[in-house]
Amino acid sequence: MVRALKVLVFVLCLVPVGILARGFFGAHPTDMSSWGQGLGANPLEVITHSTGDWTMRFLLITLAITPLRKITHLNWLIRFRRMLGLFAFFYGTLHLFTYLWFDKNFVLADILADVAKRRFITVGFSGFVLMIPLAVTSTAWAIRKMGGKRWQVLHRLIYFSAIAGVIHYIWLVKSDLTKPLQYGVILAALLLYRVAVWVWPKGPRKTVPVARTSAA
Amino acid sequence: MLIKKAADIRSSEVTPKSWYMDRRKFLTGSALAGAAVVGEQLWSPSTVVQANDKIPNLQKSSFSTNEKQTPYKDITNYNNYYEFSTDKYEPASLAAKFKTRPWTVTIDGAVKKKQKLDVDSIIALAPPEERIYRHRCVEGWSIVVPWIGFSLSELIKKCDPLPKARFVEFTTLFDMAQMPGQQTSVLRWPYTEGLRMDEAMHPLTLLCFGLYGEVLPNQNGAPLRIVVPWKYGFKSAKAIVKISFVENQPPTAWNDATPREYGFYSNVNPHVDHPRWSQAKERRLGEFLKRDTLMFNGYDQVASMYSGMDLKKYF
Repeated sequence: MVRALKVLVFVLCLVPVGILARGFFGAHPTDMSSWGQGLGANPLEVITHSTGDWTMRFLLITLAITPLRKITHLNWLIRFRRMLGLFAFFYGTLHLFTYLWFDKNFVLADILADVAKRRFITVGFSGFVLMIPLAVTSTAWAIRKMGGKRWQVLHRLIYFSAIAGVIHYIWLVKSDLTKPLQYGVILAALLLYRVAVWVWPKGPRKTVPVARTSAA
Repeated sequence: MLIKKAADIRSSEVTPKSWYMDRRKFLTGSALAGAAVVGEQLWSPSTVVQANDKIPNLQKSSFSTNEKQTPYKDITNYNNYYEFSTDKYEPASLAAKFKTRPWTVTIDGAVKKKQKLDVDSIIALAPPEERIYRHRCVEGWSIVVPWIGFSLSELIKKCDPLPKARFVEFTTLFDMAQMPGQQTSVLRWPYTEGLRMDEAMHPLTLLCFGLYGEVLPNQNGAPLRIVVPWKYGFKSAKAIVKISFVENQPPTAWNDATPREYGFYSNVNPHVDHPRWSQAKERRLGEFLKRDTLMFNGYDQVASMYSGMDLKKYF
C-alpha cells in the first residue's frame, strides 16, 4: 500500500518540472527557435522562480512530515520524508543551475563575485550547500554507518537551509513581501512545533495528568 | 505680508479653487463623476479611441534603433504596473476595462497658465512619431519597443513654465476601484515620478500614447505616459493625470519606498549596481544569455547633462 503510494507521490513530485519542460519545449520540441515561448515573455525568469518556489515548498513539506506524523499518529508518513527531502534538493539543484547557466553562463569569476557580494545570493547559495550533506547521507547505508543519533543531528541542517531559503526570498523581492512572508510564517510554525516538543517532551502539561488520573 | 497674500489669491480667483476641489475628488477616487463632468465638455464621441486603433500618419524618427523589436505579445503581457498587480502577467487582464476617456491632465505649479487639458488635445499638439527605443528595467531585463508619441518638450513649451521651474513632477491616476493594486501598500499612491527640467526637455524624452502603430494598450500606461529611454523603466510614469512644474526635486514613488536602492536619477548605468544585484548585464527578452548593459542604455547623447556629476552618488 505504502509502496504504491510512494510511486504515486514520486510521480506527483515530478509534475512541476514536467509542466516547466512542457512549457519550455512547447508544441514543437525539435524547433529550437520556439523554445521558451510556452513560458511567456521571460521564460528563464519563470524557470528560476518556479524551481525556487518548489525548492521552498518541498523543504516545508519535508519539515511538515514529523509534526504531521506525531499529531495524527500515522507513522508510515515517515517513509515519505527522504523522498520529499531529496525532491527539495532536486529542485534546488535545478534552481542553482538555471542561475549558473543562464544568468552567469558558467563564468566562475562572475559567480564567485556574485556569491561574495550579493547577500541574497550568498544566503541562497548557503542554503543549497547545506542540503548537499543531507542528500549525500540520505541512504540507509549512511544512516547505519553514521549511527542514528549523529545522523539526526546532521540532518537538522535542514532547518538552517529552509531559514536561508526564506531570507534569500525576502532579500530579493523589490517591494511585495507577501510570498516570502507566507513561506516564513509556515516555516516559523513548523520550527516552533519542534521547540515546543523540545521544551515539553511529554506534550502539553494539562492533558498528561488527566490521562493519568483516568487510567488510575 | 498678510495683505499681499490675500491679494495673490484674489488675482487668480475662482478657477484655482475649483481645480483644487476637483483634484481632491480625483485623488480620493470616490467621485469619478467629478472628472467626468470636466471631461464631458471637452470630449466628443468622434474622439473615442481604444487599444488596437491604428494611429495614422506616423513620422519616422532618427532616434529609433534598428535592433530587433520585442514581440507585441510580450510587450503587452509582461508589465511592471503595480497599480494593477505586482505580478507582471496580470496587468494585461486587470487593466482591460480601465477607462482612458474622458481623461484630463492638470498642468500646474510654476507655469504662466495653469490649466486642465483634455488628453486628445494634448495628443493633437504635434505629429505622432514612431520611436523605437531600448527599454531597460531596473530588475535586469530589457525590451525594444516601437513607441508612438512626440517629445515631451512640445507640451512643456506650450505650458510656458516660469524660470523658477527646475523640475517636472508626473502624477499617475489614483483610483482604487479601477486599479486594484492601489488597495495594497506596496508603494505609496498616487505614484509620482520626476525629471530635472533639462531631462524633461531633452528631445529623447517621449510623451507617449501609442505602441506598434496603435493606440497605447491600458497595461502599458494608457492613455498618456512618458518614456525616458536612458533611465530605468520605473522613471517613465504611466497614466498621467498631472504634470507639475516645481522648484525643488520632487519626491518619487520608488525613491520613497527604498531610498538607498532607487535614486532620483536612476540612469541606466552598468557601473553602479543595485545594492542587492548587479546592473552590469541584462536579459533582452527572447534571448537566453545575458548581454552587457550600456551606459545610459546606449543613449550617449544625454551624457553631457550629467558631466561633472558623481553618478555613484547621484544614482
